[in-house]
Amino acid sequence: MSVEALLLSLRLACTVAALLLLLALPLAYWLAFTAWRGKFLAEALVALPLVLPPTVLGFYALVALGPRGVLGKLWEGLFGHPLAFTFTGLVLASMLYSFPFAVQPLVNSFESLDRRVLDASSMLGASRMRSFFRIIVPLAWPGVVTGVVLSFAHTLGEFGVVLMVGGNLEGITRTVSIDIYDRVQALDYVGANQTALFLLVVSFAVLSVVYGVNRRVWSPWSGR
Amino acid sequence: MKRIAQLLLVSLLALPCAHAQTLRIAAASDLQFAMQDLASQYEKQSSTKIAVTYGSSGNFRAQIENGAPFDLFFSADSLYPQQLVTAGVADGQSLVIYAQGHLVLWAPPASNLHLAQRGFEVLKDPGAIKIAIANPEHAPYGRAAVAALQKAALYDAVKSKLVLGENISQTAQFVQSGSAQIGLIALSLTFAESMKGGELWEIPAGYYPPILQQAVVIKASANKTAAKDFLEFVTGPTGRNILSRYGLTPPESAGKS
Repeated sequence: MSVEALLLSLRLACTVAALLLLLALPLAYWLAFTAWRGKFLAEALVALPLVLPPTVLGFYALVALGPRGVLGKLWEGLFGHPLAFTFTGLVLASMLYSFPFAVQPLVNSFESLDRRVLDASSMLGASRMRSFFRIIVPLAWPGVVTGVVLSFAHTLGEFGVVLMVGGNLEGITRTVSIDIYDRVQALDYVGANQTALFLLVVSFAVLSVVYGVNRRVWSPWSGR
Repeated sequence: MKRIAQLLLVSLLALPCAHAQTLRIAAASDLQFAMQDLASQYEKQSSTKIAVTYGSSGNFRAQIENGAPFDLFFSADSLYPQQLVTAGVADGQSLVIYAQGHLVLWAPPASNLHLAQRGFEVLKDPGAIKIAIANPEHAPYGRAAVAALQKAALYDAVKSKLVLGENISQTAQFVQSGSAQIGLIALSLTFAESMKGGELWEIPAGYYPPILQQAVVIKASANKTAAKDFLEFVTGPTGRNILSRYGLTPPESAGKS
């Protein structure tokens, strides 16, 4: 079993989950409370990574992050090296890939909040910011947990995008799923099985804990 | 919550452990097993660590052109390294043929297809439901396989039976696992422990253009000296010895057979 690949995957998943939470909170707030008529367009855009194959996302990410891409060029101008085939590039591509998993649970739980509580909060003089952190986020806690856990788990299991953007570099972009793929190709079934089994057990454990602790968490089972 | 935040912060800051000097090598999949031996032998005599990524040569060409940080590229053909030189990405001075590869028909042990006796005929056998080749779009061994099938006037007959591996070692895996009954794979892969005992027939050289495998140092590499040193090791006596143990013959004999 490759500990290096496993640690890399965990680091990637934690980073992506943390950054996505920061990004998703304001966006979900806006999506849940805006009265904009074009809101459905934004919703469709957020959901896009759910339906697009990882090859499409990976391809566009590679083009954008490469030395000829807009982001890649900008980054190279700032830091002197291109984004593709780096850990940072992998983080950006994974954020794109797991984006809906962070945003949608938040929007769902924000939308289901009792608006009267929010009205009361603002009538008692709380600022929007204060209401957000003291009322909305605590009440929507299951959605927050779900968003973080799903984006973490989804990134951990990501394969296609990483393969296309990462370039399979040991210690930099060779995540655990790529490592398993490599081992199967090297006919090392024992090694592949050890890592795969470990990933399966960890994933099951994480999800059981989340569903066990947090019964109101959105899931494919609750059919919300 | 504080603990979670701490955990996230630590994971953000934890950087991959840095080695003294790591040589990043992009190696064609037919080197899957030979390169492991080459690397471990080289690491015994040098402080440089070798980190190898295996894949199809065509994919590597595209990745390296897009800035993939490899120091050295071992292709399964001569075309892709030369294209990288033309594109100004690889150092033309370092271009070298390190081995000649060979294409074989391979079937798992106890297939009872009698490959060695029947040769190409076996592909028409009803028992050969699926025939694995590497993707000719970007894998040199796939290109050679299509050429051989065309030369043997079998391509149209077996076309519907073909399954394409992403690279030559995935192709071998398709056959080794029994998902495909026969494969056109690299001779070098049949020396792997898990491939032992299979049925094998070497496709005569005239059936496909010689697979002259070239290596090249990448211009953007920060470890050019180490890259050249490793390349010298591979093309030197020890390296050649290891390569020929995997059926990758020395380049001198290239074209003669």
